[in-house]
Amino acid sequence: MNAQYFLEATYLIASCLFVMGLKGLSHPDTARRGMIMAAAGMAAAVFGTLFHPQLMAHPQGYLYIAIGLIIGSSIGIPMAMVPMTAMPQRTALSHAFGALAASMVGIAEYVIHGNGLGPVKMGALGLEVMLGSLTVTGSLIAAAKLQEVMRGTPIMFKGQQIVNLGLFIAMVGSFIVWLINPAQAIFFYTMAGCAFIFGVLLVIPIGAADMPVVMSLLNSYAGLSSAATGFVLGNNVLIIAGTLDGFSGFILSILMCRAMNRSITNVLFGGFGAPVTAEAAVSGSMREVGLDDVAVQLAYANQVVFVPGYGMATAQAQHACRELGNLLEERGVSVKYAIHPVAGRMPGHMNVLLAEANVPYSSLYEMEQINPELPSTDVAVVIGANDVVNPDARDNPKSLIAGMPIIEVDRAKSVVVLKRGKGKGFSGLENPLFFKSVTGMLYGDAKASLNNLVQAVQKV
Amino acid sequence: MEHLLFNPVALISALYLMEGPAADTGHIPPAVLIASLYVFALAAFLGYQVISRVPPLLHTPLMSATNAISGISLIGSLVIAGSKYEQHQMLASILGCAAVTSAMINVTGGFLITDRMLKMFRKKDAVKAEEKK
Repeated sequence: MNAQYFLEATYLIASCLFVMGLKGLSHPDTARRGMIMAAAGMAAAVFGTLFHPQLMAHPQGYLYIAIGLIIGSSIGIPMAMVPMTAMPQRTALSHAFGALAASMVGIAEYVIHGNGLGPVKMGALGLEVMLGSLTVTGSLIAAAKLQEVMRGTPIMFKGQQIVNLGLFIAMVGSFIVWLINPAQAIFFYTMAGCAFIFGVLLVIPIGAADMPVVMSLLNSYAGLSSAATGFVLGNNVLIIAGTLDGFSGFILSILMCRAMNRSITNVLFGGFGAPVTAEAAVSGSMREVGLDDVAVQLAYANQVVFVPGYGMATAQAQHACRELGNLLEERGVSVKYAIHPVAGRMPGHMNVLLAEANVPYSSLYEMEQINPELPSTDVAVVIGANDVVNPDARDNPKSLIAGMPIIEVDRAKSVVVLKRGKGKGFSGLENPLFFKSVTGMLYGDAKASLNNLVQAVQKV
Repeated sequence: MEHLLFNPVALISALYLMEGPAADTGHIPPAVLIASLYVFALAAFLGYQVISRVPPLLHTPLMSATNAISGISLIGSLVIAGSKYEQHQMLASILGCAAVTSAMINVTGGFLITDRMLKMFRKKDAVKAEEKK
């Protein structure tokens, strides 16, 4: 009985530390301390569990535990060393591992206890395995797309919706049949199999630009399958931690959808990013600007706003961007960085990249904060961003991205767009911003252009 | 409908409401189930409150932090990997061991990378001081 109290005490401590840790994330100054608390909570829970009566009664079992802990750490530690540009795929991969753990716990519980679990636990166990399995394969596909092992454009085929729907019905159907006949293990495994395939089909039609939503949603599923594990094992700390994760993912996916003015259904089943036929004609031509002109503009500006997008990450241009920003600040220019909620491939990705390049967080501005300042901004520099600055979203109700909140760079006195070539953005939409008279296009690799700008500004 | 489909929280709760009072609760005493549901509901409420306060600035660290925290399924995996069973001992141990491995990847990797990221978010004077060095 004392062992039980000790165990539950460590779990209680862990739960409190997790909540306090997440609370720390409400400000960058307290965030690190918060995460140390959360890690301490995890350590306490694991330490306590090692003295679980069931484990103490079976010393040989520690071998399996040791193997798992050692292999896990030796994979986990290198995975924490990836470059910051690879954060989205790393995170997708770790969602897959989290979900894999949860679904394997579920399958093992079923193997051990068979149908002796009782209906409530069976229900939770089924949900755990279902959510877990579809998150595993879904996250793996997302990671493959982000790593560009797979092409990032939506993969669609004829009758896709019907196949998906059929599979979904088969999955839920076998779950229900299994709940009614718990002895029929076949339905359980059919459900798990369907969930694995469903995860793949769910993510392949989603374009890389919609990844922030999918990442958040998978985050949510991974957490909820942990919470369901908590119900199966009757373990409160699992329920609490899983629910926190589940809700965090859910809130993020709502925020991301709002930032694109789309519903979750639309993101998941819309196949957005496929070639569009109907398109508004854009008049005018793009105006190319020279390096020296831009350098002079920047050097004599009062305020410059940088708007980074995923292109900045692929060009690894964040350090060059910061260097240019520094140089301008030394000349007395006020330099700000404007970050759209869905810039990049996962929520907040641009902030991390710029912070890595030594941009203080007080210079990073959210969309709502920066938009009122843009009319008084002399130069807005768009680095590898496209849809998030597309004025069509605001002006053209027929546009595919109509209603999506944007960073209104076209209201600035002058706009410079750093772009690799004349091609269209990720969504395949034409961007009228590039044709406006205030806009100058600076073609070339973003990193090289920024480095050249640094040199040119130094000469001014 | 959309919300029930894509919001597994609602699905789980619906399932429990459906099963809870009607079916016999088998191996979970009703009091335990009810307590679990309280924990779930309160954690959801608390999670909503705490996480809505995280600024967009820190959304990537938030995601990797919650991911590390949900690696708490490690403790469930530990018990499965290390316990004695009357049947299917080998299979259960191997499944448990694999579960420990993947949960541990999340725990170590998640906390380390979150800390690495958070180290980068600095105040203006801290950045200036470092650049002077």
